[in-house]
Amino acid sequence: MALLEVDNLKTYFHTRNGIVRAVDGVSYSLEAGETVGIVGESGSGKSVLHYAMLGLIPQPPGRIEGGSVHFDGMDLVQAPAKALRGVRGKRISMIFQDPMTALNPYMKIGSQIMEPLRIHEGVDKKTARTQAIDALEAVGIQDAEKRLSMYPHEFSGGMRQRVMIAMALITRPEILIADEPTTALDVTVQAQILELIKQRQQDLGMAVILITHDLGVVAGMCDRVLVMYAGRFVEAASTRTIFNNCKHPYTRALMDAMPATQQTSEMLYTIPGMPPDLSQPIPGCAFAPRCAHATDVCHEKPTQLDRISDGHHAACHRLGDLAL
Amino acid sequence: MTTPLLDIRDLKTHFPVKRGLLFPRNIGTVKAVDGVSLSIHEGEVLGLVGESGCGKSTLARSIVRLVHPTEGSIHFMGRNLAGLSGEDLRKARPQLQMIFQDPYASLNPRRTVFDTLAEPLLTHNIVPKNEVTAEVNRLMDQVGLAHRFVRKYPHEFSGGQRQRIAIARALALRPKLILADEPVSALDVSVQAQILNLLKELCNDMGLTMLLISHDLSVVRHMAQRIAVMYLGRVVEVGPADQVFHHPSHPYTCALVSAVPLADPDLEENRARVLLQGDPPSPMNPPGGCPFHPRCNYAEAACATERPPLVDSGGQRQTACLRLDELP
Repeated sequence: MALLEVDNLKTYFHTRNGIVRAVDGVSYSLEAGETVGIVGESGSGKSVLHYAMLGLIPQPPGRIEGGSVHFDGMDLVQAPAKALRGVRGKRISMIFQDPMTALNPYMKIGSQIMEPLRIHEGVDKKTARTQAIDALEAVGIQDAEKRLSMYPHEFSGGMRQRVMIAMALITRPEILIADEPTTALDVTVQAQILELIKQRQQDLGMAVILITHDLGVVAGMCDRVLVMYAGRFVEAASTRTIFNNCKHPYTRALMDAMPATQQTSEMLYTIPGMPPDLSQPIPGCAFAPRCAHATDVCHEKPTQLDRISDGHHAACHRLGDLAL
Repeated sequence: MTTPLLDIRDLKTHFPVKRGLLFPRNIGTVKAVDGVSLSIHEGEVLGLVGESGCGKSTLARSIVRLVHPTEGSIHFMGRNLAGLSGEDLRKARPQLQMIFQDPYASLNPRRTVFDTLAEPLLTHNIVPKNEVTAEVNRLMDQVGLAHRFVRKYPHEFSGGQRQRIAIARALALRPKLILADEPVSALDVSVQAQILNLLKELCNDMGLTMLLISHDLSVVRHMAQRIAVMYLGRVVEVGPADQVFHHPSHPYTCALVSAVPLADPDLEENRARVLLQGDPPSPMNPPGGCPFHPRCNYAEAACATERPPLVDSGGQRQTACLRLDELP
């Protein structure tokens, strides 16, 4: 049994300009201890999908229109708010892109780290304090005891992200959802934080869902990759397969558009046009208008994830006859 | 060797830090740029990399004199920009144009594309009044914007299109040198590729000279012939892009290059990472000697006291490291 099973999840936003289908029928499963990368450009729905899972979508304007998220015999979509509170921040934790806005500027670091323990585990203050010090030390923060009484603004960007990680992991969650955890950081600090997530994952044996737009980060971190476009998955495969043998034109295009440090070609591949407006119905494949290989059927008939081999799925009408 | 188009010597830009509302007093100095010497030759793209806070943007802003340099000289087309003011500065500026990171903030939201592009043309009398419309259209062609957008406002465009407008505005004055400060950092990968291609095309076709600032080494690698690496207000290494990338000579460059995630799982698995400890120190309180020594794996006692000069390290490359000869 998978640890987490997302089935046909749909999350729409009801706005003045119509219904925006941010997540439009997404299914995937997560095994205990594995690292899955969710890759896509801004607006592809990768964050909304995971916010919806944890009941973090403001309703209205958002609404979960259908589907289920099974976690340990419970459907998180249907679960009452109280039951969800027992999961969120305890068994499934999340870290966010911008650690400055994710931390409370008025609260001391110590109180913020202790909060999940005090709420979820009813631990007394003294024990919580010792555990908070351990947690800060585990993420490589020196003088942890002194740091507890400091405020977020006294920390650098990398240190704040370490605090976020310490906070997320203090309840020893089974799943960590990391939403662009290093996008706001410099490369040398990014390398430190990714290394830290890997190391803590090994210590605690948790599964990690890494949401990112950076294929480079995925290559070094993830076992499996799911590529998202316009609210749906277009390809899912092991990391090696995605990089060496991807089958969806969008995945290919993403990789070719990235400037590489290894070889320099004269021009980068560009994807023509823009991502579709999700408030308009899309009759065929959402990527068809920008796809170099689109045929008539691509514009007319919706695609679905088809099996290519074990663990490799792609949503493309031309899977059979396309060599990418 | 020809004289470089831009020649910066020992440039320092320091900012006083004040505290107190009524009687502000100086409590320190941020040495954002602290003795930088760089030159850019005509037709060349020089990439400037470094982490946030290392002073790369301040360097660019000092060159166009958006901030006032404290010391040093900036020779550009036979004049020292650091000493210019008033009318002379205004006359020199058309030759130097900047492209900023955030196209949402760098365009006036109440001006149409036409207004934005026509203003520099009229202010500096680039073309006669009756040819302004034609010139605006030509600029739009150059950056790949359709003519029908000419009456639209910035909010009607996507991020990539806005950056195209910003590039067109920079090109309007037919500058000799373009300073692009993180031009693609705010953009998605697919849009980033479009803008990088556009910049590359412009450089190739028009022989533009460019200082390209980015924290993303792969972007710089793709665009630049030479790369300069900055750390805490100083240049620690400068040289041909291939060499800096494949055989970095400064320990900081080594760490920086090895920290860039590679989009290839096989390479990722087998590479040796140089993980740095800690964060870059505050530029208000930089460490003495070599600014990098507290995080450096090869630092010795002398590194803490002696400031390493930028010296030739072979193959048109310069490195600022005391232990250059002993490093592996």
